[in-house]
Amino acid sequence: MEKKDTRSGFGDGLYELGLKNKNVVGLCADLTGSLKMNKFQNEFPDRFFQVGIAEANMMSMAAGLATAGKIPFTGTFANFSTGRVYDQIRQSIAYSHKNVKICASHAGLTLGEDGATHQILEDIGLMKMLPGMTVINPCDYAQTKAATIAIADHEGPVYLRFGRPSWPIFTTDLEFTIGKALHMRKGTDVTIFATGHLVWNSLEAAKALAEEGISAEVINIHTIKPLDNKAILDAVANTKCAVTAEEHQMNGGLGDSICQLLARHTPLPVEMVAVNDSFGESGTPMELLDKYGLGIKDVVAAAKRAIARK
Amino acid sequence: MTKSIEELKEYVAQTRRDIVRMVHGVQSGHPGGSLGCTELLTVLYQNVLRHNPSDFKMDGNDEDIFILSNGHISPVYYSALAHSGYFPVAELGSFRKLNTRLQGHPTTHDGLPGVRIASGSLGQGLSVACGIAQAKKLNGDDKLVYVLMGDGELQEGQVWEAVMYAAHNKMDNIIATVDVNGRQIDGDTKDIMGFTDLRSKFEAFGWNVISMNGNDLADVEDTLSKAGVLSGNNQPICILMNTEMGNGVDFMMGSHEWHGIAPNDEQLAAALAQNPSVIGDY
Repeated sequence: MEKKDTRSGFGDGLYELGLKNKNVVGLCADLTGSLKMNKFQNEFPDRFFQVGIAEANMMSMAAGLATAGKIPFTGTFANFSTGRVYDQIRQSIAYSHKNVKICASHAGLTLGEDGATHQILEDIGLMKMLPGMTVINPCDYAQTKAATIAIADHEGPVYLRFGRPSWPIFTTDLEFTIGKALHMRKGTDVTIFATGHLVWNSLEAAKALAEEGISAEVINIHTIKPLDNKAILDAVANTKCAVTAEEHQMNGGLGDSICQLLARHTPLPVEMVAVNDSFGESGTPMELLDKYGLGIKDVVAAAKRAIARK
Repeated sequence: MTKSIEELKEYVAQTRRDIVRMVHGVQSGHPGGSLGCTELLTVLYQNVLRHNPSDFKMDGNDEDIFILSNGHISPVYYSALAHSGYFPVAELGSFRKLNTRLQGHPTTHDGLPGVRIASGSLGQGLSVACGIAQAKKLNGDDKLVYVLMGDGELQEGQVWEAVMYAAHNKMDNIIATVDVNGRQIDGDTKDIMGFTDLRSKFEAFGWNVISMNGNDLADVEDTLSKAGVLSGNNQPICILMNTEMGNGVDFMMGSHEWHGIAPNDEQLAAALAQNPSVIGDY
């Protein structure tokens, strides 16, 4: 299977947007290569603003550009796109309802060897708590590219989260609509709701479960906010139990959003595959996913636990 | 229509009255810094800005734009906006009350015409101005972006990120005014976190720096006009504006004490007596 990093999906999507929408502008805080923004920068130099290592200035500047009618896409690592600039996003972008697209790469453990200082696992929580913020965590190159293009037409602030490692591409032929969950695999015993890189692990887990005679449904929740409540409730109405899977802290992530929804509508057993109140560390992406309980075998085990609790 | 100094004085007196009445009305708000910046906002909104108050558009294309970074001086901002026609003057009476557009700190959230960004958490306005100014350059729009910051606010690191950006990128359509009143909440800026020689700091970053007495209407008019002439010369412009916090209300001057407290009934009467109204109260 062809593999590519999700950040390249962002870079290619941004370049396509540049060709078709002259209001799209890019800002970057000294990570143009890492964010794959070079193509946009080279082709549209007037619409690209290098701000240096000054993320706070970048976020508020993006708010200013949006005020004047531009559609700014900011690019830096997820850590510096959220925690470092939370107040700028809160006041100048979210509260001021500016049409800014916060594009965040190198999210989660799969950033790898740089270690915990850069591996933010809290960003989805930080962003989803902000009123009016749309939060999207695509699962592969194709979906990241589609999401990048789609958010330009969405009026309002968006947090788009993607990553560094090369990852299987498996959504090329699937349609991407903000807020609409994607059914990836049918199943009757358990529903696995997954986002980001963990969608692939969940599909692999479903295959492994099938070999043991367990039928697992896999649904890709690329948009964590607004959540596709109907798709989630419809799914668990059949399977009666759920697993959530994400490269994020358990507190504040996708699993937490789904548990809230289910608790209010239809309390059912849920098992969460997520980082459990811990920072990451240096290592290869695969080693880290394994050590922190986000591997294929962890999704398999969680599915069995959920079914056993029915 | 450009207003004479005599007419501007009437607006200044009225805005001072508005400020103390608004803050007195809800027993909260920030009168000191508001009074210190009354002349600046009066001159800007009555005479300088090329804007369209009766038909407010968020993007401000082909208009001069003013960004208030030190959002706590919302009383003077609201008064200037109302008296230049952005919204009815009577609405000033709703300041800081529930279900109103005149929030404690300015916001776009409730659709108040004239406000383009929320401010209150300090240090962000110059960056926002850089974004708007950059968009104007992209659009071939030759209008200017004015921004006001407090001197205490310069303690926020983000301000210097924007100072660097504006100089490096030759944002010569930005006119940034610093309200140098020498006060902040906990005391005098020189004691809290003093700056020696603000002028050379801005100049070292590559800004064109001029200064004025912000409480002298004629000086404010002349200096803003000079700043306009200096724009378009590859350098952002900084106006160091010396002011007296609480200016125009004698007992509020000379200390940081009136940063964020409200006058009682007696103090209100004294403040109003010092600033007779010609224009009429809201």
